[in-house]
Amino acid sequence: MATAAGELGVIGGIAAKFRSCPVTGLKVDLAAERLIKANAVVAVVYLAIGGLLGLLVALTRWPAIHLLDSDTFYLVLTAHGINVLLFWIIFFEIAVLYFASAVLLNCRLATPWLAWVGFGLMVVGSLLVNWAVLQGDSSVMFTSYVPMQASPNFYLGLILFAVGALIGCAVFFGTLVIAREERTYEGSVPLVTFGAITAAIIAVFTIAAGAMILIPTWLWSLGYIANIDTLMYKLVWWGMGHSSQQINVSAQVAIWYAIIGLLLGAKPLSEKVSRTAFFLYILFLQIASAHHLLVEPGLSAEWKVFNTSYALYLAVLGSLIHGMTVPGAIEAAQRKNGYVNGVFEWLRKAPWDNPAFAGMFLSLVLFGFLGGISGVVLGSEQLNIMMHNTLYVPGHFHGTVVAGTTLAFMAITYLVLPLVFQRQVIWPKLAKWQPYLFGIGAGGISLFMMGAGTLGVSRRHWDITFSDALLSFDYPPAAFLMMGLNGIFAILASIGGILYILITVGTVLWGKKVDASNAVESLGPMPARVLQSGASANVAKHGNAGTFALPGTYVIVGVFFVSFVLYYFVNWKYLSELWPMS
Amino acid sequence: MALRPPEVRVWWNEPIARGELLWIVIAFLWGLFMFGMMIYWHIEGEQNLSTEVYRIDPELFAQRAEETTEKYKIGEEGDTGIPIVAPPPGADVYMVARLWEFWPVLQLEKGQSYRLHISSLDWQHGFSLQPVNINLQVHPGLEHIITITPRETGVFTVVCNEYCGAGHHTMTGRIRVVEPGQGG
Repeated sequence: MATAAGELGVIGGIAAKFRSCPVTGLKVDLAAERLIKANAVVAVVYLAIGGLLGLLVALTRWPAIHLLDSDTFYLVLTAHGINVLLFWIIFFEIAVLYFASAVLLNCRLATPWLAWVGFGLMVVGSLLVNWAVLQGDSSVMFTSYVPMQASPNFYLGLILFAVGALIGCAVFFGTLVIAREERTYEGSVPLVTFGAITAAIIAVFTIAAGAMILIPTWLWSLGYIANIDTLMYKLVWWGMGHSSQQINVSAQVAIWYAIIGLLLGAKPLSEKVSRTAFFLYILFLQIASAHHLLVEPGLSAEWKVFNTSYALYLAVLGSLIHGMTVPGAIEAAQRKNGYVNGVFEWLRKAPWDNPAFAGMFLSLVLFGFLGGISGVVLGSEQLNIMMHNTLYVPGHFHGTVVAGTTLAFMAITYLVLPLVFQRQVIWPKLAKWQPYLFGIGAGGISLFMMGAGTLGVSRRHWDITFSDALLSFDYPPAAFLMMGLNGIFAILASIGGILYILITVGTVLWGKKVDASNAVESLGPMPARVLQSGASANVAKHGNAGTFALPGTYVIVGVFFVSFVLYYFVNWKYLSELWPMS
Repeated sequence: MALRPPEVRVWWNEPIARGELLWIVIAFLWGLFMFGMMIYWHIEGEQNLSTEVYRIDPELFAQRAEETTEKYKIGEEGDTGIPIVAPPPGADVYMVARLWEFWPVLQLEKGQSYRLHISSLDWQHGFSLQPVNINLQVHPGLEHIITITPRETGVFTVVCNEYCGAGHHTMTGRIRVVEPGQGG
């Protein structure tokens, strides 16, 4: 988006500086652009820190290496979870919200100064939490289950961070109101914005739940409240902890649609279906807290069954729908782009050299096959007995949050760099490999942790050889193999992660400037037809993809469904072999 | 392109492709099936988590556990000093979770059912029976009573799988399962 040197746009009597994007023709509010940059940069810093800590965790849990001592391990594990799961992801999501509102709607950002206040609170909060953890007296894990107590600053930092994020959501909603009021777009908001709205609405619920539990817990840590009920804490805390992962799902699906739209000219198969799928998230994802309470004492079976299934699996239905409509949209677009032969020419000739596309597609596949299926299995009331608090749990969420969300965020970065930062990606050859390295690494981490979990290995555990325990125990040798493989794939993912950081930072600092002449090519390889028509032509038209035959998509969805059903029943078979209990 | 408003303003009336509709129906029915599966298992399955739970003062729980242990004690586990408790089939038996041990060691008979009472005296713990792979959350102040029927003989370990501070990785316990009639 090279500028005509900051053209002055006056809308609704309020002046804002805009430049116009040479690729999409969109007007970009410079205030929004600065905020997007700031949030994205801080996000990447936290990814670098949190990712490195994750590598230390994996190397400690590799019994042959067993890198850190136990106290350091628990401290590092606490910091790893918070830095990547909260700070990396939410800073990036705030950037996505500003992009999906101000930029996509051709609008100025509401109250940029307030957005900066929110940003400041998030930065201060995140620093405070890290400082508290580094003191060594707050190694309470990401979940900080009471009555284990962290220092007051730990909770206070989280509260400040949450308030900042909430302000970001408010700025997003304010921008939507301005865009509507000032008629900066026609008809309904774009699908990507719709997905971002979904994410923001869930974020408000999530942060409200967080405030409800963290504020009393903070007061408890200061001595003003005598007691926090352990079960109530978990119920409400996971209203934040799990639901916040649904912000990621919504943001990541919106990003999938954005990437295939820009690179392939893809349209959703049906606006109605894709939007309804997002809407199902808003309606049903909030009850996911139950996923963490399935083997808890004190809750009825009816409560567990209804809530863990997201009310008859209606939120899962949303994801299953996207799981078909996203590849379907790719296939329809690619067939329009001229790849009509056979069942899979559209996929074979997709721009696999383009890290944005490769990352997006790997994210889709890994999220569905690893994170998605395991999530449903893990969230089945009785099956959870075999998996609760084993490494299966981090196996599942590394499939969703790392191989899914993080990879999707990395993928869109390759478009954000030329479009928002207006820099050409340096080292395009290395960039080409980055999503594969990271995706395969993250996929391996997810798979082998699930394997170890199936063999019973505990999560958050420093020593699975039990060398200091009074009563010792040996996990099966296969479990040790799984932990070693997990370590190897963690190294692979780390190489991918380090490459991402180097490429991103290098591009922002030294990348070649993007202007109107090289803007489209800066997005990387894309199908010839899209390139010829100019990406802006693709962006200008939007709507249903129309009725194409989509044989490839049906094959992919068929394979997915069969894997899902088989794996689901295998686990019930395992369960039937456990000791009977009632 | 999903980055722009829909071309057709009234997108709600656009038809849905048949393949897409079919997948939605299949996915919806699969969801209903999975929902039904959990209910079915409550009726026909043998592995369901008990919902018999009481609020209890941790000190009272500790006292009851000590009484039961005294009553059914048959010896000590190696040189650890941890008592081995062999309750008669069908009896109420206690296991205490605390920083950082599961206490006492239980000796059960294969194929017999026992009412196992579990609670924590301090923080939350995780009862992870290995290598069977039964995993339960243990809260302080909540007494969970589970009827359990060992299916095989052998020495089984209870690993704590809820992080509980610096000594978490040393927290283990033991359940011994013997052939019927061999106990005590």
